Amino acid sequence: MLDPQIILAGVLNGLLAGGIYVLVAVGLTLIYGVLHIINFAHGSLLMLAMYAVFFLWKLSGIDPYVALPIVTGGAFAVGFVLYRAVIGRYSHGKDENILLITLGVSIIADNGALLFFGGDTETIDVPYAGKIIELGAAFLPLPKVISCAAAIAICLALGLFMALSDTGKAIRAVAKERQGARLVGIDVEHIFAVSYGIGIACLGAAACLLMPTFYVTPQSGYAFVLVAFTIVVLGGMGSFVGAAVGGFLIGVTESIGGLLLGEQLGQIGISLIFILILLLKPTGLFGSRA
Amino acid sequence: MRNLAVAAALLAALVYPLLVPNYLITVGMLIFFIAFLGQSWNVAGGFAGQTSFGHAVFFGVGAYTSTILHVSHGWNPWLAWPVATAMGGLVGAGIAFLSFRAGLRGSYFALITLAFAEVFRIVANSAAFTRGGLGMLIKADSRLENFQFTTPIAPYYLALALCLVSLLIAWWLTRGRFGARLVAIRENEDAARALGIDVFAEKVKVLTLSGAMCAAGGTFYAQKYLYIDPTIAFGIDKSVEMLLVTMVGGAGTIFGPLIGSIVLTAINELTRNAAGVFPALKNVQPLSLVVYGVMLIIIVARLPDGFASLLWRRRHA
Repeated sequence: MLDPQIILAGVLNGLLAGGIYVLVAVGLTLIYGVLHIINFAHGSLLMLAMYAVFFLWKLSGIDPYVALPIVTGGAFAVGFVLYRAVIGRYSHGKDENILLITLGVSIIADNGALLFFGGDTETIDVPYAGKIIELGAAFLPLPKVISCAAAIAICLALGLFMALSDTGKAIRAVAKERQGARLVGIDVEHIFAVSYGIGIACLGAAACLLMPTFYVTPQSGYAFVLVAFTIVVLGGMGSFVGAAVGGFLIGVTESIGGLLLGEQLGQIGISLIFILILLLKPTGLFGSRA
Repeated sequence: MRNLAVAAALLAALVYPLLVPNYLITVGMLIFFIAFLGQSWNVAGGFAGQTSFGHAVFFGVGAYTSTILHVSHGWNPWLAWPVATAMGGLVGAGIAFLSFRAGLRGSYFALITLAFAEVFRIVANSAAFTRGGLGMLIKADSRLENFQFTTPIAPYYLALALCLVSLLIAWWLTRGRFGARLVAIRENEDAARALGIDVFAEKVKVLTLSGAMCAAGGTFYAQKYLYIDPTIAFGIDKSVEMLLVTMVGGAGTIFGPLIGSIVLTAINELTRNAAGVFPALKNVQPLSLVVYGVMLIIIVARLPDGFASLLWRRRHA
């Protein structure tokens, strides 16, 4: 049996990773909740945002945390345009069709990245990368602590925006009842595009928070997409609270799975959770419907 | 008229390897092999409308079953082939039983197949009996009775035979009652059930058939290239390839996967030379997949019956 101190350290590290997962999953669940589409391109768009952070650092020396407003804004614009130009046009047919469209987007993004950036693993060297915070027996890397705190702050800000602003209220109205929203004068197509943009903006922010401690390759998107779907399905499709709880749960599962089963086999926990939730309780922990 | 065209095409495919250099024989082999894999996807994803994102799970089960029997237990690969095919069918039945019992449909079914493929990949990557991430090497012993090839002609004819069998299966689906029930399920599951079709049983049956076909392809791949590893066998690339050729060629049509495979292979061979034209590109191999991603979007949005529908204007199945 492992030392409880090591388990505790694993849990803490899992929670820190979970914070960023929450941000990724919130974007996915927002898109599902409002548009009722499954955005298979989510991981690939995150990968592109990570490359954006990498190149901003490499070419202009911009620190990933400083790049956050730029990349988040850029990601919003990309999401908005992508919805208007491609996804929105075809998002009202059979649900497999829109899944195939977003699969097409992710194939283009993954292979486009391989085409132009090559298959190498890219990382960013920040001066504070090696800084450690000691918490009991656990040594927590400073960038991970900052990133987790920032991710939680961004999620809370997004929650306030959804609760208080007019746009947020309109988004929630469209998510609940799109015909009714249309009748009271909300431009539903515009809200769809804004929601998709916000969902992708979450990825932009997550990319900035990931890059100080993580790496990016053209395959990163695929690595993240299953994690993001597992979180969202675990929490309940469309549920914000579910995405938050699911994100931390999956972060801890991954970390403890890696400790107990090793780096390779540890990843199996996520896929198994995904399968079991879909088979046994497809509404997830906080979802209202299948 | 159409029968005549099919007969002429078959004759051309039979004499083709006698007339062209080895390189083009291998290209032809690839076309028929990918068309065969695509047809295995088409049986479930096209005719029955059960879109899968994880068909590599069957491909990998076939490749690993025969390779383990051959390498670790000394079986002749020809004997291991039917066992591998049956294993693919069994895994197909198992996944279908679990998923459809839970009532998964549409996108959820697609995502759970992806997760199953991922589970198999991770297990193959860590387990001892699959030799983990190192993959499995089949010892070269190039004799036909050993399911290995010295000339490119033998695998060409074998791939052609596989492709023909898969075309016959697809043709049978467009003619028989089983295929008609599958189409009814694809078009409207609830209506099909109301008509008295046992939707669950039919869907399990079609996934069994599809999984078995795909696994047979996995064994062929392993014996052709004499090496498999978890990413080749269970990676998403294989799943996407099968889906793409079928969607682009025409899902739910007899010749869709073959047409898609010809187009994909042609793009592959054409873009191979693109490096000289665009020196900015790091490597050109993914270019064909970028083109294919664009085509997938256009086809789903504008041409749901694929390229096949351009050749003959006829509603599928």
